[in-house]
Amino acid sequence: MKIQEKTKEALSTLFADLPPSEPEPDDAEEGEKKPVPRGNGIIEQDYLLKGFHLDVQLESEQLLEAVQIIFDLGYYLESITGVDWIKDDQLEVVYDFSRYDFDLCRTVLRTRLPRSAPQLPSITPIYTGASWHERETHDFFGIIFDGHPHLVPLLLPEDADFHPLLKDFKA
Amino acid sequence: MTEPISLQPDETFVLNVGPQHPATHGVLRVKMTMDGEYIYNAETVLGYIHRMHEKMAENRTYPQFMPNMGRLDYLSAMAFNHGYALVVERACGIEVPERAEYIRVITVELNRISSHLVWLGAYVLDLGGFTPLMYCFDDREQILDLLESVTGSRLTYCYFRFGGLYNDIDDDFISGTRAFIKRMRKELKMYAKLVTGNIILMRRLKDHGPVDQDMCQRYGATGPVARGSGINYDVRRNEPYSVYPEFDFEVPVYGECDSYARYLVRMDEMEQSLRIIEQALDKLPDGPVNPKKKPKLIKPPPGDYFAAVETARGNFGIRMVSDGSKNAYRLKLRSPTYSNMHLFDEACRGMLIADALAFMGSLDLVIPEMDR
Amino acid sequence: MSLTLFNVVLAVFIAICFVGANAAYLVWCERKGAGLFQRRPGPMENGPWGLLQPPIDGLKLMTKQLLIPGGVDKAIFMVAPVLAMFPALISFVTIPFSNSIVAHPIDVGVLMIFAFAALGSMSLLVAGWGSRNKYSMISSVRAVSQTVAYEIPLMITTITIVMISGSLNLGDIVQSQLGGFWHWNIWPLQKQVGFNLLMPISFLILFVCSVAETNRAPFDLGEAESELVAGFHTEYSSMGFGLFFMGEYANIVIGACLTVILFLGGWSCPIGDLGFFPFTHNVGWFLLKIYLIIFVFIWIRWTFPRTTIYGLLNLSWKYLIPISLFNLLLTAGLLKVF
Repeated sequence: MKIQEKTKEALSTLFADLPPSEPEPDDAEEGEKKPVPRGNGIIEQDYLLKGFHLDVQLESEQLLEAVQIIFDLGYYLESITGVDWIKDDQLEVVYDFSRYDFDLCRTVLRTRLPRSAPQLPSITPIYTGASWHERETHDFFGIIFDGHPHLVPLLLPEDADFHPLLKDFKA
Repeated sequence: MTEPISLQPDETFVLNVGPQHPATHGVLRVKMTMDGEYIYNAETVLGYIHRMHEKMAENRTYPQFMPNMGRLDYLSAMAFNHGYALVVERACGIEVPERAEYIRVITVELNRISSHLVWLGAYVLDLGGFTPLMYCFDDREQILDLLESVTGSRLTYCYFRFGGLYNDIDDDFISGTRAFIKRMRKELKMYAKLVTGNIILMRRLKDHGPVDQDMCQRYGATGPVARGSGINYDVRRNEPYSVYPEFDFEVPVYGECDSYARYLVRMDEMEQSLRIIEQALDKLPDGPVNPKKKPKLIKPPPGDYFAAVETARGNFGIRMVSDGSKNAYRLKLRSPTYSNMHLFDEACRGMLIADALAFMGSLDLVIPEMDR
Repeated sequence: MSLTLFNVVLAVFIAICFVGANAAYLVWCERKGAGLFQRRPGPMENGPWGLLQPPIDGLKLMTKQLLIPGGVDKAIFMVAPVLAMFPALISFVTIPFSNSIVAHPIDVGVLMIFAFAALGSMSLLVAGWGSRNKYSMISSVRAVSQTVAYEIPLMITTITIVMISGSLNLGDIVQSQLGGFWHWNIWPLQKQVGFNLLMPISFLILFVCSVAETNRAPFDLGEAESELVAGFHTEYSSMGFGLFFMGEYANIVIGACLTVILFLGGWSCPIGDLGFFPFTHNVGWFLLKIYLIIFVFIWIRWTFPRTTIYGLLNLSWKYLIPISLFNLLLTAGLLKVF
């Protein structure tokens, strides 16, 4: 659990101006209708229940800083993906990080973007391997990664102008 | 060729390797800018068999999506089954009976050996040696027969159920597996003589295809690629799931960072998988293979869940976002080859085409898993 | 005059038949051999032991369409396969199968074989250049640099033998080795060169070179299928491909003949002429020896992975050429001394 605390400490510098947030009660206990919009901050999740340890939500401006912290702590990038929260009119981008050593700590960075203008800085300068993941997320959700060297469709045909994983996508 | 060479960017031509090419093992395309036989730059083009499994997940109920798992990585379909079963079980809190866990491990490890056998055969074929392919397929055939007898399919398995299995194994399977372990041990010795010690193979693999630890971290390489670079990372060990902690096995790690290290990792892994299967067969408990109580309708509570397993190619992760309905709200499949292949573009610069293709083979690509 | 012409026509006809039958049935041997090494039966459906497979394959190849890719120089494209087959065919004219069975004994037979072997590599260049395909292009460049690299040690080794036997005539070279297997050039037992211990190594060099010359695995860099698809014959279909294929096997036979003639005593009986039929110097021994050599060719092909082009060139320039040059010098010196 050492690295988990270290990571939490390093990342909480990003949220110095926010009050330390308490872990939210689990959504399932609250019943299905009452989604409380979650604020920025770090939540320690129950690994056995969720499969990851640290759940960090942040603003898109803080992303590069946070990813740099994560990189310096020796995490590797597992994947980048999006989720379309059409009811909130938001797109969420999720970054999964994990570790090579036995100090198990899966960290999730997530940031919410307005659906109308989904723009985010690219993390390719830090994690070179983010390139394909960002291109894929661009394919599926139309999220634009500023500073990506080659943001063209990867999995979709090269002339694709649709984003199939958006919830309002009709084939 | 280890000495650095200076390539001339103005005297290049583009060589289009793929989408149909014998060395890419599927529809993968690499646009190589070549200076003579040296690669100046390479750009991998994916998506030729992209099927949008993630969208299918949103349109199907949880059990309906299980067969898709076998279509992702057709060589180690069992491990993909396992990953998906794990994440849904974690989300719904389903308990898996112990016998089912053991059988899962046995089948996954058998499948891992068969996957490595295909890789070995195909890899030596890439290097121009045809014969090991036939031996490997002969051995793999035994595994396929065994797995067919319990799962009913030979390649695209859909054997796991949430909380258990499709059916129980019988005595024939157990005795057949024991016989196979004996046979495979002998065969592995033969491979070591025929392939591993071959001077041409060593010359072609040693010190070629460098992938260092820093590159692994930047690209998120896992599995034998990371273990061939001295990273002791195996999800079965680092993040134990199922009943893996019960077994005594080693995670082979080689620090040479070259193609030969990756080759040796896989060869050793087959040996270790045999050990795991042997122990699992010895310890196999009695009991049911499906839980007594299991929700009729799979409806995970809202939230997001993650599970990772070690497939033959590395860390396969599933991120599942549920909104409480009977379909997944979002299902992200993190496939190992996707990250492993990505580093090819950077690593192959300045290589000769023959070395680059030998390097590509050492990454053990399965294209459907990459393209999803 | 008419008799000579008749002789020539007959010789060419027999050579074509021999080469054709060899090419066809060497493919069968190759596939059966591959089956043997790979624990499988090999061809077995057509005829007994699949013996009808080669003519059926030939028929299939002949009935297929010869596709000519757009934008190629047709003349060059079409001439390449012929160029692959033709020199191999001509080379047979001077190969002595036995004391009496030789189409036309030429005094500079060795020279002629090398001249036509060089022409054979020309066909690879022409095919690669004429195909308008980058893989073919790379392959033909490889094939030619490979041929150049391996012709040198091959020739130097041959010159060593020529010096010992004092003739460029292949028949004379065999004549000097008649007697028994201890008279063969492969052994370091020849008195006139003072027991030159390098002779077995020379034989190995010649053997390796003839494997490389014929573009066989593990030196089949020209058609390395996992790198260059099919190399110089990527674009060839139908009999165009068929001719390349037959040319390859004809070259194998030539290579084996040369090895046998230069080092293994040609048609000589291994235990000397005992005076009754199987143990006289006759053509049977020659055929037996060349097919043994060809079996080794097949064996090697199905056992080893492929080298790389730089490994191949390194082997030739760094090892084979210096060793064979040294052997040439040594032999010359020993010949002078003894």
